[in-house]
Amino acid sequence: MKLKGAAMITAVLEKEQVDLVFGYPGGAVLSLYDQLYRCKLKHILVRHEQGAVHAADGYARVSGKTGVVFATSGPGATNLVTGIATAYMDSVPLVLITGQVATRLIGTDSFQEADITGITLPITKHNYLIKDVQELPDALSEAFFIASTGRPGPVLVDIPKDIFELEDQFDYTHRREIPGYKPTIEGHSGQIQRAVKAINAAKRPVIFAGGGVIIAGASAELTELAERGRIPVVLSLMALGAFPGNSPLFLGMPGMHGTVSANYSISEADLIIAAGVRFDDRVTGQLESFARKAQIIHIDIDPAEIGKNVAIDIPIVGDVKKVLQGILKRLQPGVTEDWLKKVEEWRQGNPLCSEKQTSEGGMKPQFVIREIDRLTPDNAIICTDVGQHQMWTAQHYCFRLPRTFLSSGGLGTMGYGFPASLGATLASPQKTVFCIAGDGSFQMNIQELATAVAYNLNIKVAIINNGCLGMVRQWQELFYGGRYSHTSIQGGPDFVKVAEAYGALGLRVSAPSEVAGAIEQALAIEGPVVIDFLVDAGENVYPMVAPNRPISEIIMGSGKR
Amino acid sequence: MKHVLAVLVENKSGVLTRVAGLFSRRGFNIDNITVGETVTPGISRMTITVEGDEMVVEQVMKQLNKLINVLKVSNLSLEPAVMRELMLIKVRAESQTRGDIQQIVETFRGKVVDVSLDSMIVEVTGNEDKLEAIKLLLQSYGIREIVRTGKIALLRGSKITREA
Ligand SMILES: Cc1ncc(C[n+]2csc(CCOP(=O)(O)OP(=O)(O)O)c2C)c(N)n1
Repeated sequence: MKLKGAAMITAVLEKEQVDLVFGYPGGAVLSLYDQLYRCKLKHILVRHEQGAVHAADGYARVSGKTGVVFATSGPGATNLVTGIATAYMDSVPLVLITGQVATRLIGTDSFQEADITGITLPITKHNYLIKDVQELPDALSEAFFIASTGRPGPVLVDIPKDIFELEDQFDYTHRREIPGYKPTIEGHSGQIQRAVKAINAAKRPVIFAGGGVIIAGASAELTELAERGRIPVVLSLMALGAFPGNSPLFLGMPGMHGTVSANYSISEADLIIAAGVRFDDRVTGQLESFARKAQIIHIDIDPAEIGKNVAIDIPIVGDVKKVLQGILKRLQPGVTEDWLKKVEEWRQGNPLCSEKQTSEGGMKPQFVIREIDRLTPDNAIICTDVGQHQMWTAQHYCFRLPRTFLSSGGLGTMGYGFPASLGATLASPQKTVFCIAGDGSFQMNIQELATAVAYNLNIKVAIINNGCLGMVRQWQELFYGGRYSHTSIQGGPDFVKVAEAYGALGLRVSAPSEVAGAIEQALAIEGPVVIDFLVDAGENVYPMVAPNRPISEIIMGSGKR
Repeated sequence: MKHVLAVLVENKSGVLTRVAGLFSRRGFNIDNITVGETVTPGISRMTITVEGDEMVVEQVMKQLNKLINVLKVSNLSLEPAVMRELMLIKVRAESQTRGDIQQIVETFRGKVVDVSLDSMIVEVTGNEDKLEAIKLLLQSYGIREIVRTGKIALLRGSKITREA
């Protein structure tokens, strides 16, 4: 069969079972959009290309499928950059198809030319610049294979304008053999045996699981390991939901804004079973003092993560699910009651803030999040932006199921949450989707309200409105002598009116007594709703470990350590 | 310590940028890098000399392996290997010093490949120590320009480095 480049693309998408793409047209992709006009592939028109990547990312994180984005050359392509870097840091499978100036113009600084393969080299798992229409089907097929296997990540395919129009033979083969690409799936059996021995012998074991567990679909294995081994579990931000948040074995998140029990457990453990984590500095704090008393087992599909930050005693390269299954085959029931008692004391002795109001009557943001938790079903999907509200969500919302918490963990991208929630609801239209946003972050991709309204997407946005760039303000308070340099954003837009101007419903809540009513009202409506929660501006996220300090050195809310 | 890595790559456009970019991005120090064809069409071999302890070199190798166009990475410093580099030196040489220089060059089994009224070009191959030694000796005559190829290496014996 002979096809034009543009038709090859839609044909490949069909073969790869892509039913939805996010994008924004322009000069270099006119032929591609002309092809879209003629085929039944669903395309979501966003209002900014960054929104398209985050939406595709949200779609991928919820569905486990590869998200697909179209954008034009030059500014269209460069607008993708933050979204690509976000997905790269969090190992999200994406295929990005960008238009490029025509082949003969490449390298001449022609109109809307940007070297997007060069620009995205360090933030993609791989990328392609197509020079010949013959290469296109294989490159696209490889892109899908690379993006979605091993440690997933974004792959970009840059296609010059003329290539969309050139015709060539199209016989599609799924490219599943790439010479330089062979992820290790099965864990080494000898290493698995060593791990089992160490777990069976441990007196004070802790499981530390990360986003890899969700990617691998290994929640059931993780839960079995914890329950049979009687091992307490801490989850990185990326893993929230991988283990039931209401389990008595769950201690919360470790690290900078982790719980006391999670951080103390890691510090006192004699064995850490680290699965699908990468020992980010936000988790480890000062490296030299991290888990000093413990042997560490590290399971990850990416060999480069092993030993990168922390020295490992028992490394196991492989798919987390497969490796955990191997461990479970020989794991004996654990006897750890003394250790669990100790851990429970830490937990009981250090509860998180549970008030509704400050002594001056300001509404506590944590209370708003607990109310959202109470009123949404267990399988609701929660997306956040970046800042204090993100940490409060991680601490106060009880995540019970994998793929229900979406947040920019690695890059910390403000403006991620709202567009991601568009992708989330498109992946799972039957589920409740809440975006918990900061008043600063929301304004970074607020234009996507138009997209939400245009497609009547059922998204509820809860703005935790403190009138400031709260997380930065907190650091200024704690580490910069209270010199609040450019962190007030008071007098910002009236979010209710903004919502209405876009055609969405806007609600405002300023008292704890109104919180539940507003959430219920929003949930009762089919379509986008923005709730502006006016919360106390001075609230800080605690517990906190100062950067590059031992994670056992915890600053509590009252100022005590 | 210095490690010499042999890196077999698919000869695709941008592959050198991918490899070099990885080093700068991850803060690894490249001492030198050479690229050339292999016996297999479409596959090139890079020889990269990198400075760092074992942890660093292990990371370098793992990160290189993650690049899709990289087929094989091996550390030649861990086994007996022949390592060579070629250097061209343009040295100041008047009629009265030419003989002395000639003698030094012969001692190092180098060659004089060009002579002009006031200079000569000397070609030497060898390992790093040898090249440094002749450079030091020629310095007293006045070195005007130096160019080096960077190190290349092959394992001794019948063992070969080939794509997985
Ligand atoms: C794109 C981007 N720019 C800057 C930052 C730095 N930053 C981290 S948190 C934060 C404040 C976020 O404010 P807001 O969204 O209102 O959330 P809050 O902390 O008040 O809950 C800033 C500016 C960032 N993470 N991302």
